[in-house]
Amino acid sequence: MKLIFEKSVHGRKSDLLPACDVPEVEIDAKFARQEPLPLPELCETDISRHYTQLCQRVHGVNCGFYPLGSCTMKYNPRINEEMAALPGFTSIHPLAPAASVKGCREVLDTAKQYLCEIAGMDDMTFQPAAGAHGEFTGVMLIKQYHRARGDLARTKIIVPDSAHGTNPATAAMCGFEVVNIDSAPDGCVDLEALKAVLGPDVAGLMLTNPNTVGIFDENILEITRLVHEAGGLCYYDGANLNAVMGIVRPGDMGFDCIHMNLHKTFSTPHGGGGPGAGAVGCKDFLKEFLPRSVMMEGEGRIQVRMFEGNFLVVVRALAYLKTLGKEGVPEAATNAVLNANYLMRKIQGTFEPAFDRTCMHEFVLDLSEFKKETGVSALDVAKSLIDRGMHPPTMYFPLIVHEALMLEPTETESKETLDEAAQIFRDLFELAHKDPAYMQAAPHHAQIGRPDEVKAARSPILRWEQA
Amino acid sequence: MNFPKELQYAKSHEWVKEADGVAEIGISEFAQDQLGDVVFVNLPQEGDEVVAGEAFGDVESVKAVSDLQSPVSGIVCEVNEALLDAPETLNSDPYGAWIIRVKDVTDREELMDAEAYEAFCAEEG
Amino acid sequence: MGSYVPATAAERREMLDAIGMKSEKELYADVPASMMLDHPLNIPSGKSELEVRNEMTKLAAENKVYDTVLRGAGAYDHYIPSIVKYIPAKEEFLTAYTPYQAELSQGILQSIFEYQTMICQLTGMDVSNASVYDGATAAAEAAAMCRDRKRTVTLISAAAHPDMINTVRTYCYGTNHELRVVPAKNGVTDVDALKEMLTDDVASFILQSPNFFGQIEDAKAIGETVHAAKAQFIFSFNPISLAVLNTPKEVGADIAVGEGQPLGLPMAWGGPYLGIMTATNRMMRKLPGRIVGQTTDHDGNLAYVLSLQAREQHIRREKASSNICSNEALCALTAGLYLATVGPDGLKEVAKQCMAKAHYLCMALCEIPGVELKYNGPFFHEFVTVMPKRDEVLAKLDEAGILGGLEVEDGILWCATEKVTREQLDRAVAIVKEVLA
Repeated sequence: MKLIFEKSVHGRKSDLLPACDVPEVEIDAKFARQEPLPLPELCETDISRHYTQLCQRVHGVNCGFYPLGSCTMKYNPRINEEMAALPGFTSIHPLAPAASVKGCREVLDTAKQYLCEIAGMDDMTFQPAAGAHGEFTGVMLIKQYHRARGDLARTKIIVPDSAHGTNPATAAMCGFEVVNIDSAPDGCVDLEALKAVLGPDVAGLMLTNPNTVGIFDENILEITRLVHEAGGLCYYDGANLNAVMGIVRPGDMGFDCIHMNLHKTFSTPHGGGGPGAGAVGCKDFLKEFLPRSVMMEGEGRIQVRMFEGNFLVVVRALAYLKTLGKEGVPEAATNAVLNANYLMRKIQGTFEPAFDRTCMHEFVLDLSEFKKETGVSALDVAKSLIDRGMHPPTMYFPLIVHEALMLEPTETESKETLDEAAQIFRDLFELAHKDPAYMQAAPHHAQIGRPDEVKAARSPILRWEQA
Repeated sequence: MNFPKELQYAKSHEWVKEADGVAEIGISEFAQDQLGDVVFVNLPQEGDEVVAGEAFGDVESVKAVSDLQSPVSGIVCEVNEALLDAPETLNSDPYGAWIIRVKDVTDREELMDAEAYEAFCAEEG
Repeated sequence: MGSYVPATAAERREMLDAIGMKSEKELYADVPASMMLDHPLNIPSGKSELEVRNEMTKLAAENKVYDTVLRGAGAYDHYIPSIVKYIPAKEEFLTAYTPYQAELSQGILQSIFEYQTMICQLTGMDVSNASVYDGATAAAEAAAMCRDRKRTVTLISAAAHPDMINTVRTYCYGTNHELRVVPAKNGVTDVDALKEMLTDDVASFILQSPNFFGQIEDAKAIGETVHAAKAQFIFSFNPISLAVLNTPKEVGADIAVGEGQPLGLPMAWGGPYLGIMTATNRMMRKLPGRIVGQTTDHDGNLAYVLSLQAREQHIRREKASSNICSNEALCALTAGLYLATVGPDGLKEVAKQCMAKAHYLCMALCEIPGVELKYNGPFFHEFVTVMPKRDEVLAKLDEAGILGGLEVEDGILWCATEKVTREQLDRAVAIVKEVLA
């Protein structure tokens, strides 16, 4: 389809503003823009049609099944959208007087109260705009804590090799040296490997539990105890909270701080890549280091962005929490786990799970044997799923499973949807044995065929230019 | 697969050609094959110090990045900037597409000759 | 109450049977029993949609929505055309994840490619990424792009937004790098001080213009000074102002960043906003975050993909220069949509009206005895006045439904946008006059 620039017609426009009712002001030539402003020129009909065409080339979770592992693509309720669009929330200036924003403050306070209860934490900030931003904020708490105690020797953060890429990148952004430890074969922490690296130079551990292969680490209390004994703190990557909310709390597992992706577990939409919100919770002893606190060295205050955070995302999450309440939260978690186990068992016998045991909210298929047999890769299967109208699972993650496909159905999918999905997987398994070449060339019925990513990276075209 | 006899090889799959006090460094055919299509090379600057066994840059493919380790210690005296525009030559002509030249070489990793390196690759592959 | 779980009790039973479990408890057999939550969550019971609506609406009603907003300081009350509110609410755009699978995400990818292009057109810069969190984090990420082994120090003007200074400082503190603040003089960057501070360990200087006090900095000359010291020049802009003021390209920026909120995003008590990030071609591969590129598929059809991914955390892990993953894609789509809707003439009109109305307000206020303009350099749509009875002035305005300027140092930082009318401005001025009479 054409780019918006190719639809531009010189002279087209929409009438949006009245004529200026005060005298115009001349701009000093020294500061005036010299180059032309080549933005596209369209009328509202053109724009409406263009974006409608674009949106017909997008698959959202509200359009169909989206079992993208680790992303918790649950249904995004419409009521939350309507509440976030109320003028009483959208029209509020971030620096408006405190007396005029009591409602905003109460949204944050209530969301904080509910989310702290779910996480087992004592205090919280909503300043971070996304999960990775929350990690940065959380690990900065750990940094500030050690600095405040004058313990400057703690320069390392431990990250298991099964972790999300954001974990080691975050630790590096906080000035720590990353110590990668090998996971046990089931993706859980290898206690011996952990003990071997613990010492007076360790600031903390970053961990996901359930881990990135969807298994609850049953040694979790031992893990957090060992880290604490060595003087380190434990950071919980709460991207994966959907299995455990209302069932077991990171705070009770021994974690000191946590980020939660409101755009995953708490149903706020992901917007094709954002905005999200990464609420960061902590135990009492860390709250003096939350954003707006004074920096431990030099001058200034800890702040990870402007103002209070992605407020409208918090509004949506609060509406969701009010809807679920104390009964609905664990019910959602239990059904997320039930759906994942049901789908895993329905697919099993064709594609095999990497670990043949009860999973949490997601599970990983290991296609390495299948690939040896058929020559069809995890990528080929993913692309074939597109032809069947399903969003593919997460591919090639976590790195500790080869030819991995990671599925997270979430609780908002019905049994029929799961049955259909399982049937599609079974069909593709059969097809791979009959006609592997067809699958290797998939998708056949999508918006485009497989794109040439090598070309895109070698000779980047990152903007349209007038021919 | 080609393993030119006149070159020496590091375990991290770089090759070295030393002449007149200057060490020329590139990556082996085995390395380029493992990497897949190279899309970009991050190069050091002239005058930078490199240390044997430590990274001096990296090569990017679409979905991976691999460190380039220097087999020698010394000072970078020349950088093959043509690779910035044509990284694909690392795939098509790995032994022609040198990456850096190093002078004032003070130290070397333990290097292999072509025969030993070929055996080493056979084991890894 | 509801949990959006479609499965009926009978279906759950059937599913448990299918996986050979007697009860839902078995699903959590791996969780040590001692750790399981032994009481219901201490939060209220779930509510119906109607009850939730009523409660949330009540919360919104506890906020005061002002008729007239004369406050800016980093968030601006611009007119948002109707279509700019409607299109981003389409469920496809709203509920998709990051477009990892290009074959069913061409719409999102193309919208970002169009956004990147429009941001380049606006700024004159060579390349834009797909967004970062906000203007302050964009500046912090830009500072990180400029550091190398020899040049590790970042400089920032004291006339930049205080929240931006603190954010950049926090990011620098994270990586154990130094931030030095260049003092301001008469409401603009002190160029003599800057020259002295541009030592050979300085990687970059961050300049905001129009700055926090609304003043237009002599960015071109400052850029030349920065380059003469072999440091990089990071320019932070207000996107609306670029319709009429020098582009980052024209002032010689190596990296240009900005808060994109004025481009069709509501003030929303601080977010979500949009971090705009652009650079010259030379800096392209150092940009953090997602970038969409154009390529072809195997049949030669035009296609869009997430490109240059080897820069990012999921590949580089601890060696990545940023950990950013999720960005503000829907806000970027909104900004692109806003720019396309207003078009080049419309954007210039918005900018001119902001400027005209701010100058009108400034003149009218300064005619009141006791009110003085604090800084007399050229300004765009914000300016600082000093006056007696500051608190009383703001309180009286508040009573009349007018959000007055922000208290800054010993003055008030005012802002006017295209949205306010002459009548609204006259009314505000009359109230100030009355208090000071």
